[in-house]
Amino acid sequence: MRVFGKMILSLIVASGLSLAASAQTVVDVSSDGDFQENLQEALILAEPGSIIQLPEGKFNLMTALSLDVADITVRGAGMNSTILSFAGQVAGSEGLLVTSDGVWLEGFAVEDTPGDGIKAKGVDRISFKDIRVEWTGGPNAENGAYGLYPVESTNVLIDGAVVKGASDAGIYVGQSQHIIVRNSVAEYYVAGIVVENSYFADVFDNLATHNTGGILVFDLPNLPQMGGHSVRVFNNKSINNDTANFAPEGNIVATVPKGTGLLIMANNNVEVFGNEFAENASANVLLAAYPREYNDDSYNPLPRGIYVHGNTYGRAGWDPDKDVKALIAPLTGLPVPDIVWDGAVDGFWSAFLGPDEEDRIVINEPEGTTFANLQFVKNLILPWGVDPARDIEDHAGERSPLAPVLLAQESEQ
Amino acid sequence: MRLCAVSSARAFVAAIIVILCSPTALAGAVNDEALMAPRPARLLSSYRLFADAGKQQPSEAVVPYDLQVPLFTDYAQKYRFVYVPAGAAATYDDTEAFDFPVGSVLVKTFAYPADLRAPSEAVRLIETRLLIHTDKGWNAWTYIWNEEQTDAVLKVAGKVVPVNFTDKAGTLQSINYIVPNKNQCKGCHSFNRVVTPIGPKARNLNKDFDYGAGPRNQLDKWHDLGLLSGLPASRDWPSVPHVEDTSASLDRRARAYLDVNCAHCHRLEGPGSTSGLFLTYSEKNPTAWGYKKRPVAAGRGSGGLTYDIEPGDADASILHYRMVSTDPGVMMPEVGRTLVDAEGLELIRNWVEQME
Repeated sequence: MRVFGKMILSLIVASGLSLAASAQTVVDVSSDGDFQENLQEALILAEPGSIIQLPEGKFNLMTALSLDVADITVRGAGMNSTILSFAGQVAGSEGLLVTSDGVWLEGFAVEDTPGDGIKAKGVDRISFKDIRVEWTGGPNAENGAYGLYPVESTNVLIDGAVVKGASDAGIYVGQSQHIIVRNSVAEYYVAGIVVENSYFADVFDNLATHNTGGILVFDLPNLPQMGGHSVRVFNNKSINNDTANFAPEGNIVATVPKGTGLLIMANNNVEVFGNEFAENASANVLLAAYPREYNDDSYNPLPRGIYVHGNTYGRAGWDPDKDVKALIAPLTGLPVPDIVWDGAVDGFWSAFLGPDEEDRIVINEPEGTTFANLQFVKNLILPWGVDPARDIEDHAGERSPLAPVLLAQESEQ
Repeated sequence: MRLCAVSSARAFVAAIIVILCSPTALAGAVNDEALMAPRPARLLSSYRLFADAGKQQPSEAVVPYDLQVPLFTDYAQKYRFVYVPAGAAATYDDTEAFDFPVGSVLVKTFAYPADLRAPSEAVRLIETRLLIHTDKGWNAWTYIWNEEQTDAVLKVAGKVVPVNFTDKAGTLQSINYIVPNKNQCKGCHSFNRVVTPIGPKARNLNKDFDYGAGPRNQLDKWHDLGLLSGLPASRDWPSVPHVEDTSASLDRRARAYLDVNCAHCHRLEGPGSTSGLFLTYSEKNPTAWGYKKRPVAAGRGSGGLTYDIEPGDADASILHYRMVSTDPGVMMPEVGRTLVDAEGLELIRNWVEQME
């Protein structure tokens, strides 16, 4: 019996080894000669399943890189050791574009791209592990738009990223499904972490600081994927968001007031818990409808089914900006309460009786958390107008927690 | 060529083989085997697509064609050819690119005359791009011409080639012409993530071309040559106006321009789908083709402007702003140009200015 068992064990070990060997072809990208050509050629000619190993050092690239081979790992020597600098880029609207499935990017930095840092479009299983994207000159409207930009993708993992200074958003997950953003740092952005028009996202254990707005969850009209839902924002720190909004006008993030901890705009079923919001001069948490005109019958502009519980709140609302200053502070006075809901609801009856239970805003926060419902619709209906409703108890209750997001690439490991 | 080596047995066999091996006979034979090989040939000449490559004279079964509205590529002159293997034909389609059989090749050579005002003189060939339809789908390869202009060499990683030419206004232009890498081909040639031809659509091929015996409509000619099946009666052929044809409405000309220059990405099935801006010729929803449409993820590409198209005000329209830019983080299209298309810009400008 014993011998037999050992044989089975050794067979398993042997087959495991051979599997590992065949799946781990490593392509070392040489820093000799034309690095741009060496790297781009490796990205094109790699066999599916291989690892592309980047050398240590800082490299200048003139045109965008792209990867379109499935199941590739691109691995650097670390986010401070392998640096791809695009300061002299003359062509391409991002540093690196990924369009193939099953791509794992790890341990390198992308700096100073005129456009986006790293974009992944239409990818199933895209992972960013310990990646840094930075504009080294600090916040500036002339910087590229997004740091990490997965869009129309499924199974998106962003883990341990450090992103600094894009002109729009640090981490921007757009029109995607099954998303985890964790252990990451986003600073000096207009929007630190954005989940846009997406389904099933977990955003946790991140630090969003020195942005205009720390974390944004929103849904926009006229897009292929709309109706963002099932987003959990938990155990993050969104603090000291004190960068003036430097986004070009016209972009939705140009409306974000300086000093916003969390903004939820439109979307359905968002759970917010265990976060720390503090030192946000406009407001810690804003729940709002899409504020602009639109032409799209299939779009729902309201935040619905929002569940906010067990967060901690520090100082906020002492020096509001933009709409919070112009529209909210005159109604609420200073400081602006910790949580502000614009009270935009779906029709007349909802305005007076509250939305249906499934759409209700439920808030369950520690004693002393301040709140205002601006009663936007009621205000429109009643000729004499109404004061904000400040009783947080009106929103008491519980909702069943949303299920955690599971990613295909993590269950494979 | 092996046939030639073993030719000695009988006189009549030798006679046939002499004919087979003569240059004129060889010139007519496209190398199907090389086209269908899993790996691309290193030299363009291996495919035998040209009788005289330097002069862009095609082999016998390779047919030159032209498009009613071309894509702007830094004023490069383009020579286009199609090859469909004997006995097969492309299937006609009313709106999308024709469905070409396996074994087909689309050939596009990019070149610059020294002076754009003398387009056939002192022409320098820069690159020849091939779209080859294999049984595993379309493959995109590009070949860069040597200095002697005798042959072109495969380049997968792309290249920046300095080019000088005199433009139509007589000004000397020095540009960094960018040969795309293999992946960048897919940046445009992508339909639901599958590499696909863009140019050979019925509306864009529906024009006359001089094959040497006077102008013929290209659709007719392709049909006669057996390259194209399913061609309907000529009254049902879709058409687009030439951008300089002022007898056509400004709206049709502008939409035709945007269709060719933008809609390969900016359509639901294309790489630019995420923007929600859809510029296909047949798009009917005004918001989708940009009318008072807000930007989504344009970043600084929005230029601080509110709408893609602000009716009556080109300078306040993002569409115009991105066409007038040459900054990689702002300009559109993202690839394929380093210069502004002055004529295209003027067309779009006039179109937006007169829009209500």
